[in-house]
Amino acid sequence: MKVSDLPPPVERDANFNFAYLDERTKRMIRRAILKAVAIPGYQVPFGSREMPLPYGWGTGGIQVTASIIGPDDVLKVIDQGADDTVNAVNIRRFFQRTTAVAVTSVTTEATIIQTRHRIPETPLHDGQVMVYQVPLPEPLQKLEPREAETRVMHGLADYGLMHVKLYEDIARFGHIATTYDYPVMVDGRFLMAPSPIPKFDNPKMHMNPALQLFGAGREKRIYAIPPWTSVESLAFDDHPFEVQRWSEPCALCGATDSFLDEVITDDRGGHMFVCSDTDHCRLNRQDDDR
Amino acid sequence: MTDNPPLLRVQGVTMHYGARRAVDDVSFDLWPGEVLAVVGESGSGKTTLLNAVAARVKPDAGRVGFMTRHDGMVDVYSMSEAQRRLLARTDWGYVHQDAVQGLRMNVSAGANVGERLMALGERHYGRIRTEAANWLQRVEMDAGRIDDTPATFSGGMRQRLQIARNLVTRPRLVFMDEPTSGLDVSVQAKLLDLLRTLTRGLSLAAIVVTHDLAVARLLAHRMMVMKEGRVVETGLTDQVLDDPQHPYTQLLVSSVLQP
Repeated sequence: MKVSDLPPPVERDANFNFAYLDERTKRMIRRAILKAVAIPGYQVPFGSREMPLPYGWGTGGIQVTASIIGPDDVLKVIDQGADDTVNAVNIRRFFQRTTAVAVTSVTTEATIIQTRHRIPETPLHDGQVMVYQVPLPEPLQKLEPREAETRVMHGLADYGLMHVKLYEDIARFGHIATTYDYPVMVDGRFLMAPSPIPKFDNPKMHMNPALQLFGAGREKRIYAIPPWTSVESLAFDDHPFEVQRWSEPCALCGATDSFLDEVITDDRGGHMFVCSDTDHCRLNRQDDDR
Repeated sequence: MTDNPPLLRVQGVTMHYGARRAVDDVSFDLWPGEVLAVVGESGSGKTTLLNAVAARVKPDAGRVGFMTRHDGMVDVYSMSEAQRRLLARTDWGYVHQDAVQGLRMNVSAGANVGERLMALGERHYGRIRTEAANWLQRVEMDAGRIDDTPATFSGGMRQRLQIARNLVTRPRLVFMDEPTSGLDVSVQAKLLDLLRTLTRGLSLAAIVVTHDLAVARLLAHRMMVMKEGRVVETGLTDQVLDDPQHPYTQLLVSSVLQP
């Protein structure tokens, strides 16, 4: 059996309502989620609440998680693939204090996975929910700052502008240089920002058996990809979509199929590549030891 | 020419700003390949009329019919927003007085020209780029500047780029709002020359709003003189300029300085 390596649980603070938000707020957010699931990729406005952590730290994702979490859920929280970095630790403790749900670092055991900017390497399965923290939900915003205009563009599926951005990349760098938050078409209809996940993870969204929910707290938008929905990364015919590749395997577990972070080890140019998904890396090494 | 149906039919267009009438019951027809100049002093309603005709601002009264490629004469204001947008980026072009309004200043010249193609579903980078380079040459720009942003271009070059960006889909009708004002005279002359070559070569129909009678003389087949929102005189360009009938037109023509 795969064992989680998380620190001991934090005690439930009875002064807070279950999952911090009041019940009516949760219901409001669930309604937004239902609408988002019904229209894959469409950004549904919702009444984002003030949360006990600053904007940009995942307030959107937390509100989504808080509104869907139940006492029987098993929660995994990752930050850039890691279970033990500050954002993940804080959010996990927050939900332990306010819900006392079981937590895990093992992807297959979790029912809800809240993530900042990665999709776990282990394939998701039926019944799981991915919750993404989204800073900028509008993929067209950098090219068209007027929101009234971008809404019309979504309404009319008028997405030529997004290719202008990709064209610029190729004209300047010779290839599509966008490496994260790479725009996708959901269900052949809505253009969507996949949150700043590396484009390495984009293919994982396509026909994924898990429900994927996206929460943007500051921008007050929720959107979703229902299970088994087509998610296509934009590209040109003569410059097809490609994911990052590395010339060496993970220095810790030897994986060649995972997204690698470059870690600088000294000030003389030493560096190593290690899995960004820490739990994937840990379990790989456990398997090797056995 | 009279046997052919017009490309654009404007009937009784009226626009108010509050209680003030900016455009009062203007009607005209435009035939394929014809260039019509709308002249008049500032505040005479030229640009307002252009915006109403180009389906940018809905007029309070009147109809604007356009001869579409497949469905015959269609009132542009009865179209759906999606159809109107499609029309505006395929069969129509709009050249702004200030090129900054008509361009994306932070993307390269090539992307500016290619934007319409991409909006119409072109997904082949090589073809878009070739077409963009081709159009830069046609507007007499250095194709080597295809990857520079318009922010680094001079006023005349920006205006050329704006024209290329509009013509890339081979529109049949182009609206131009003071295309040469704000440029110095030698650049103006070159741009006018280019516009004349392009309109003739592509048999473009165009409505050119200008306060500069020389522009009208060089480009237009026909002209319309506006004063206080009304059309006071209309006719062939040479006829109106050489033998003005209405006192206001006479005043306009006589106010031009002869160096």
